[in-house]
Amino acid sequence: MSAAVEIRGVHFTYPDGRTALSGLDLRVDVGERVALLGPNGAGKTTLALHLNGINLADAGSVHIGDLPVTEAVLADIRRRVGLVFQDADDQLFMPTVAEDVAFGPANLGLRGSELAARVTEALRAVGAADLGDRAPHHLSGGERRRVALATVLAMRPDVLVLDEPTSGLDPAGHRELVEVLRSLPITQLIITHDLPFALELCARSVIVDGGRVVADAPTSDILSDEELLGRHRLALPFGFDPRMARPSR
Amino acid sequence: MHAPDGFLNVGTAVTTGAISAGAVGASLRQMRTTLRDRQVPLAGLAAAFIFAAQMVNFPVAAGTTGHLLGGALAAILLGPAAGAVVVTVVVVVQALAFADGGLTALGYNVLNMAIVTAFGGYGVFALARRLLPGTASGVVAATAVAAGLSVPLSAMAFAIEWLFGATVPVPFDTVFGAMVGVHLLIGVGEGAISAMAVGAILAARPDLVHGARDLTPGQTADRARIGLRGVTIGAVLAATVLATVVSQFTASAPDGLERVGLDQGLMAEARDHPLASGPFAEYATDGVRNEQVSLAVAGGAGVAVTLLIGLGVGAAVRDRRTHGAAGDRRPTGV
Amino acid sequence: MGAGHAHPLYVHGHSPIHHLAPEVKIAAAVAYIAAAAVTPRQAIWAFGVQAAGVAAAIAVARLGPRFVLRRLTVVVPFVAFALCIPFIASGERIDVVGLSLSREGLWGAWNVVSKATIGASVSILLAGTTEVPRLLTGLSRLRVPGTLTAIAAFMVRYLEVIAGELGRMRTAMAARGYAPRWLWQARPVATSAGALFVRSYERGERVHAAMLSRGYTGTMPDLGGRRATAREWILAAAASGVAWLVALAAITGTGA
Ligand SMILES: Nc1ncnc2c1ncn2[C@@H]1O[C@H](COP(=O)(O)OP(=O)(O)OP(=O)(O)O)[C@@H](O)[C@H]1O
Ligand SMILES: [Mg+2]
Repeated sequence: MSAAVEIRGVHFTYPDGRTALSGLDLRVDVGERVALLGPNGAGKTTLALHLNGINLADAGSVHIGDLPVTEAVLADIRRRVGLVFQDADDQLFMPTVAEDVAFGPANLGLRGSELAARVTEALRAVGAADLGDRAPHHLSGGERRRVALATVLAMRPDVLVLDEPTSGLDPAGHRELVEVLRSLPITQLIITHDLPFALELCARSVIVDGGRVVADAPTSDILSDEELLGRHRLALPFGFDPRMARPSR
Repeated sequence: MHAPDGFLNVGTAVTTGAISAGAVGASLRQMRTTLRDRQVPLAGLAAAFIFAAQMVNFPVAAGTTGHLLGGALAAILLGPAAGAVVVTVVVVVQALAFADGGLTALGYNVLNMAIVTAFGGYGVFALARRLLPGTASGVVAATAVAAGLSVPLSAMAFAIEWLFGATVPVPFDTVFGAMVGVHLLIGVGEGAISAMAVGAILAARPDLVHGARDLTPGQTADRARIGLRGVTIGAVLAATVLATVVSQFTASAPDGLERVGLDQGLMAEARDHPLASGPFAEYATDGVRNEQVSLAVAGGAGVAVTLLIGLGVGAAVRDRRTHGAAGDRRPTGV
Repeated sequence: MGAGHAHPLYVHGHSPIHHLAPEVKIAAAVAYIAAAAVTPRQAIWAFGVQAAGVAAAIAVARLGPRFVLRRLTVVVPFVAFALCIPFIASGERIDVVGLSLSREGLWGAWNVVSKATIGASVSILLAGTTEVPRLLTGLSRLRVPGTLTAIAAFMVRYLEVIAGELGRMRTAMAARGYAPRWLWQARPVATSAGALFVRSYERGERVHAAMLSRGYTGTMPDLGGRRATAREWILAAAASGVAWLVALAAITGTGA
């Protein structure tokens, strides 16, 4: 299997002196769906921002496919890696949903009917075909999440990175999101605090803490290791037994 | 302050429109060099902040409330050029989407509320910073003075425009006295709230205060706790004294009856040529005896406003030259 | 003063005026108001015709007179000022129900009130029939710099988000019994304004990151949309042309 994402020994310190990543290694294969777990402040969001060059590593390297993430190839990297942000309000900045979904492909140079087709396709993929004319700030939390996902899908990325996609979703919204993500045949890296969600979608999970990977194993194994979870401030919901739940395929 | 259509004559509307357009154009160019590709989201969010800040009601006295105008605050936080652009956007959207302020009055409304408050306020700020210690407290005090004076400065600009473009025969002295007097008092609230807001930002994210970028972390940490009540009462007293002095112009305007004879000729002439009056409108020289006082006051106020704006523009231009060193505070790549 | 509202005036509808291209509407509104502005104040009939024109357009747009009248209150402070003018203005005095008023001042007050009212009514018509994003599209088609309209679009988009944050902060303060009466008790208000700025700026940085990750390089893409037809331009020119004809007739009429 070839690597979709290959991260080697990445170090990153914010300008205010705060070190967020200290020697992080991670490889994700093409078509794989991996959950990224870890406590608050572990460096998960910082890592996500490295995957399409919003942050550039101080040391170490990030490859997307065979392409190293460097200043020179940012446009290409950003087409290949789609990032769905933690707060959908940060992602939806245009006056209408359709214009927001069009923003990415328009930056890739698409215009006219080709652009319109892209927008329709992406909105349909997340079950939001009828939301095109709405203003983003008038959508419900669940609709916002799905539209945010559509804005990224419209760029037809090879790798999809989602930062806490389930926060603030009701059970039905949760269900819909699982279905949408399952239906997408692309590499996915899902940052989440929602362990059952990880188990439902991802065969493999990675725990990040203190800016490095501290565990990398099948999700069911990780969730069964209470001592490991406790050490990294993770916990299953009360009464949830990972051995009884159906792990994902 | 959002003047409606037809408040000043056409010549003044067009002239101030040209001045405002030029100033905003230059500010846009300047902002592009400091904020680069971040200018749209950052200035957009800052404009939303100023718009929202204008909805912040603060207590004034005995339960009555006032609200921020925000021009000087925007300039101190973002720099004069970006501050002027941000407040301009607020004023234009208020006119277009909220029908607040006339569309043909945008020239003078933008000039008074955005350009004069941002550049003039920043000019006062730059002056005050030079006189005050280079600490967080110094920046906070300079903000109080600058934001406080930006309000009467804006009123002065309006009064001077009145001199050229009044459509009603109220003498310049009266307008100047009333406008500047009242706005000196309003300025106390503006200064107090702006200063405390900048103080709070300096405590949380000192790197976000454009007007304090030269401070070292040690200087930023040096914050004196000030007795607010005493300072406020002092400022109100000072403003009252100043306002009383300024308002003397109102009183000095002689009774209308006394001047009937003098004015008759002028007025009749002016009435006959409603379009031909140009920017130097019919009432500029209303009352011969008063003329000298009016012109002296107008001249003095004009010089003051211009000097302070010049200082603000100077600061903005210095920025442009040194940007990339201190002007660039973007935290991450690209 | 413009404080106190976060909701634009737009009223959803399907009138012909709602459907006009925004650049046409803005240009026509400005031209119409400018015509009223140059109309000499003695030509009362001219203001009457211009006001009737606006009223007719408001009726076509089905904005409702109550809505327009309520929104017209923005000019109240200036009307109040105008009402003082006859007392403080100089010039010949005349007696009106026992009050000695300046004749010039009365004309001046009428001038301010009539022009401000016509101007504000046209503005309300424009804002009431055009959604804010369309207004901004119209501005950029009228060659207002794209950066300015893009900043305005972001402002409008995040206004509710930021006003919402502000509202929650105020509720939190009120819930803990904060009820200030004097300026020196305003520190919490000012501190929350400061916190609001930090939050807004940081959101701006996150939005910027979200834009970059979708290929933004510093210029907003032009997403097109329908442009005005020649018919619309002619219609708009006719509407504001009437106001100008009236204004010119009034000018020559009083000049003679
Ligand atoms: N813009 C920034 N400037 C400075 N420090 C930052 C910045 N963003 C994050 N940090 C710091 O970097 C560290 C990692 O933050 P990050 O946001 O990556 O954590 P996270 O794993 O996503 O946490 P959470 O689960 O809370 O979202 C934290 O200590 C955080 O305080
Ligand atoms: Mg995070």
